[in-house]
Amino acid sequence: MTAASANDIEFRSVTKRYGSVTAVTDINLTVPKGAFVALLGPSGCGKTTCLRMIGGFEQPSEGTVLIDGREMNGVPPYRRAVNMVFQHYALFPHFDVEQNVAYGLKQARPKLASSEISARARQALEMVRLGGFEKRRIHEMSGGQQQRVALARAIVNKPSVLLLDEPLAALDKKLRTAMQIELQTLQRELGITFVLVTHDQEEALSMSDMVCVMNAGRIVQMAKPQDVYDKPADLFVADFVGKTNRIMATVEADGATLRLSNGTALPAGSGLKPGVATVALRPEAIELARQAGRDGGVLAGTVTHRIFLGSTAEYQISVDGLGDFLVTADRRSVQESDLVEPGERVVLTFDPGKVHVFPA
Amino acid sequence: MPLAPDRKRQLTTAALVAPAGLWLFVFLVLPFMAMVVFAFGERAPEGGYQAAFTFAQFANLPSRAAAFWNTLMIAPIGAFLCLIVAYPVAYYLAIKSNPKYRLVLVSLVVVPFWTSLLVRTYAWMYILGSRGIPNLLGMIGIEDVRLLNTPGAVLLGIVYGYLPLMIMPIYVSLEKLDRRLLEASADLGAKPVSTFFGVTLPLSLPGVMTGVALVTILLLGEYLIPQLLGGGKVFFIGNALVDLFLQSRNWPFGSAIAVTLVVVVVIVLSVAMRIAWKVSGSRQVDLV
Ligand SMILES: Nc1ncnc2c1ncn2[C@@H]1O[C@H](COP(=O)(O)OP(=O)(O)OP(=O)(O)O)[C@@H](O)[C@H]1O
Ligand SMILES: [Mg+2]
Repeated sequence: MTAASANDIEFRSVTKRYGSVTAVTDINLTVPKGAFVALLGPSGCGKTTCLRMIGGFEQPSEGTVLIDGREMNGVPPYRRAVNMVFQHYALFPHFDVEQNVAYGLKQARPKLASSEISARARQALEMVRLGGFEKRRIHEMSGGQQQRVALARAIVNKPSVLLLDEPLAALDKKLRTAMQIELQTLQRELGITFVLVTHDQEEALSMSDMVCVMNAGRIVQMAKPQDVYDKPADLFVADFVGKTNRIMATVEADGATLRLSNGTALPAGSGLKPGVATVALRPEAIELARQAGRDGGVLAGTVTHRIFLGSTAEYQISVDGLGDFLVTADRRSVQESDLVEPGERVVLTFDPGKVHVFPA
Repeated sequence: MPLAPDRKRQLTTAALVAPAGLWLFVFLVLPFMAMVVFAFGERAPEGGYQAAFTFAQFANLPSRAAAFWNTLMIAPIGAFLCLIVAYPVAYYLAIKSNPKYRLVLVSLVVVPFWTSLLVRTYAWMYILGSRGIPNLLGMIGIEDVRLLNTPGAVLLGIVYGYLPLMIMPIYVSLEKLDRRLLEASADLGAKPVSTFFGVTLPLSLPGVMTGVALVTILLLGEYLIPQLLGGGKVFFIGNALVDLFLQSRNWPFGSAIAVTLVVVVVIVLSVAMRIAWKVSGSRQVDLV
């Protein structure tokens, strides 16, 4: 055995092909010990494939996956110190709840005493707050309860890494939120690495301390949640994570001035490559004001639609020369405290520093 | 006037079940009742049935003990041997074979059904007979091997003839087994052998039970294979019945044997089913 690595999981130039389909291409990824990493991306981008290569259900076509510093090529799932919570739980229908959880313990060689197996299975069930359900049949459990049985079953062997493939996708919104918190608590209690696959960006941002955004079989950005949101690596990330307004623009020859397609010029940092670019602007980075009370606004437009959300409101605004914009406004930030009505003329201001410029 | 919903459902049920029910009544229940009546009667002097009420036929049953013994021993053993041979095949087809060729391979299993069992069993008669394998063995100096007309030959014929009927239900239950359960088992540290005995086998038990029950029941009425491959030596109840009805024309005694067989089978099966249910009934749950 090599010396313990600081990384629980490492992908080195991993490519996976299924016949003629390339599921993931040249993935490089390191997951430090104890991290909570989310693999986020649209359907079919290769998240499950990555997870299955860690679990040992698929072998990379090229490259190497390392677990705890050891190369795992050719190592079968039953010899890996990782456990998985399957997308549809994959609970054993012929066992009751406790037998499901005890299954992993029963595989240990030399065999564990049955009293220890039972005690540890019950302890795992306590951890997911399912004490008292030991003798229930799987089909007598609700979706959320089955989800927690799957969780207990996966943590009972004390894996160094827990893999979760869209574990909350089948739950309703309220239960999902509750489980998100439970999962985070559980990860802190266990102190082990969690790799969570999800296509729900809110889930990824709220739960993980590292988000790995994937698109079309590649990793496009790996960063802390707030960095993924505030400093998207490219337009895909800007669009996929949170909402964004796209504006066609040109970077002027000085590399520091941005000319939007309606002619408005903005100061835009420095060192940009001159030429055509796309500008991304978050809806909440924009401030809204009634035209009457203000001047010096950057853009002007007409409110076409309003969605009232309680403390905030979302406006769709037809900006002169630029088309539809989405603006999220805090009620306090709108002058005269009242909601702006559809049809009203407004000005939009924003800090040019919050603009993301992506060369076309 | 519209019908109440449950009245309507009853009518639907009746309409669906009526044709089969009528068929079974005319061709199963009535003949069986006739047989029961015959069984308590006497053989007419010129053969056939003559009305009476006597237990003489049943008292005479021990004279056919060998047929009962052969049937009740060889049928379950044959079914069991079938199972031993069929399970690996079904497992390979459902789990290990390339899905691209799976359908072709599965249809190969039923290809033998395209020719009649009679013809195929005759072929075995030739292979096992003195001009077949014993002849070949004789050429290399192994003399006087007798294969035909032995229980072994009958068992061979049974396994050969009934294999597809055993493979199919097992194949179906393995085919619909959720592969993720196998992955989950491996993920939890189970080696392939443990996965097989812990997950695959228990979840395919319904198929195994169906196959064993199907083959056993059909074997209890088997006539052809013992006739051809067992000669006069290994005979089943089926052979005894043919003898009694067609040769000695002792209908009442034949009926008594047939009725007894039915009763024995019903008792054995219900006990076996009860046991099987206890062992695996709790395992038959829907795979949600
Ligand atoms: N066994 C397979 N055989 C062939 N192609 C496959 C196989 N598994 C996955 N793929 C393909 O690989 C690509 C990545 O699939 P993967 O399951 O990793 O996506 P995903 O990101 O998990 O998507 P989702 O969010 O829908 O679960 C897809 O294009 C898919 O069609
Ligand atoms: Mg997936």
